[in-house]
Amino acid sequence: MKFPLASLICFIFAPLMKPKTLLDKKLFELIINRLCYELIENHDDFINTVIIGIQPRGVVLAELIYRRLKKIAPKIALQYGALDITFFRDDFRRREDPVLANTTKIDFLIEGKRVILVDDVLFTGRTIRSAFDALLAFGRPDAIELLVLIERRFSLQVPVNPKYVGKSVDSIASQRVLVKWKIDGEPDKVILHTSTDE
Amino acid sequence: MNNSLSVRHLLGIKQLTPEDIQLIFHHAEKFKKVINQPIKKVPSLRDITIANLFFENSTRTKLSFELAEKRLSADIVNFSSSGSSVKKGETLIDTVNNILSMKIDMVVMRHSSPGAPHFLKENTNTVIVNAGDGTHEHPTQGLLDSFSIREKIGDLKGKKVAIVGDIKHSRVALSNIFCLQKQGAEVMVCGPATLIPRNIKELGVQVEYDLVKAVEWADAVNMLRIQIERQASSDKEVPNFPSLREYSNLYQLNNEVLIKAKNNPLILHPGPINRGVEITTELADGEQSLVLQQVENGVAIRMAVIYLLASHIKR
Repeated sequence: MKFPLASLICFIFAPLMKPKTLLDKKLFELIINRLCYELIENHDDFINTVIIGIQPRGVVLAELIYRRLKKIAPKIALQYGALDITFFRDDFRRREDPVLANTTKIDFLIEGKRVILVDDVLFTGRTIRSAFDALLAFGRPDAIELLVLIERRFSLQVPVNPKYVGKSVDSIASQRVLVKWKIDGEPDKVILHTSTDE
Repeated sequence: MNNSLSVRHLLGIKQLTPEDIQLIFHHAEKFKKVINQPIKKVPSLRDITIANLFFENSTRTKLSFELAEKRLSADIVNFSSSGSSVKKGETLIDTVNNILSMKIDMVVMRHSSPGAPHFLKENTNTVIVNAGDGTHEHPTQGLLDSFSIREKIGDLKGKKVAIVGDIKHSRVALSNIFCLQKQGAEVMVCGPATLIPRNIKELGVQVEYDLVKAVEWADAVNMLRIQIERQASSDKEVPNFPSLREYSNLYQLNNEVLIKAKNNPLILHPGPINRGVEITTELADGEQSLVLQQVENGVAIRMAVIYLLASHIKR
């Protein structure tokens, strides 16, 4: 079967559904902690590792993880940056309006480094593809690993495989998965919006 | 902030809204980061072809546009009127239409006739960027001058900028006046009466004939080049000033002027500098001088303009 049952149910009942909370504050905290320990397991002292968040929302997550890692293991030597992929997107001139560019802030070379690329939601995978392009400007990394908070399953349009996943969810294309951060004035949580409740 | 420009061509600053200017600056900041990266290139415009048509001589602007286009990965063709069929009497529309039939998406043009890009816009079907039209406008220069001042002293609202020198023959002056005013800055022009257009006050600028007073007033001074090629060319015409020496005695920016004015404003110059005429070497290379930043910012500003205009070219 091409679509899982959950997707089918979502599709049929979508107009009737209210915004659904996928992760509440408690689960959110648990997942962030788990992701940090997974990273420590794989990267030990982080001596050759950098963490790079994709603008805008991946940066918030990357920052959160960076701070949490520092708290858990204060001695790690992890460098941290923000990457904007606007000029590397593959949909330039295909939308009505161009996307407003954001800031890239990477003050180090990634040549020979292991890069942990961070984004909040993995949907079509095209953002990640653009990020690979954008990263090239800072050198040839040893390896790139992808960390996402939410993976929307069965929606990839390019072959991208996250190594660290907070939670996998089933959703249809017309729905939106929104990560609400504390900086938005609410406690951290993840919400599933259907197309009707904008 | 809006995501796209209110115009489809960059003919002059006059047609831009204040929001357009902010949007261009926003992107220029990002592109400035790009051109300071180890790899100074983005792939955004890889399927766009741009023709640079220079019907008038230029080094800096042409180079700057070319670099901006290449940093955006556009394909480019260059054209200069010397050694072309323009010399055989081909009209502007014919020249441009011939070039366009080779599938060109955007035209960057410098021309000695004021209004040439406006004329082209009416008569051809392409995106046009004005790289200077006669004594009318030089929009990208106006933008990069403001951008450079803004980098140093922040938002231009309420800031004071004096433009000094040959206002009458200067397209840089007009673009600067529009650009500064649209950001809420106060503008003063200063120079010998013969080089200041009679009705310029109607644009809402102050006029000052004493350089010391202008410098005393200003947060930044933009020293324009004395355009020797646009001054009286034969004995029959009345010269605008008796001699270069006399001009520099009265309107040269030097340490003496700064001391008398008890002020140390930022110094801009669109280049090429006539060293020792409108400004001394000491000040042109001094701490307050933004000359080289202007050149660097020029590439970023042109990248921003081309990127934003290109986003509306149909596939």
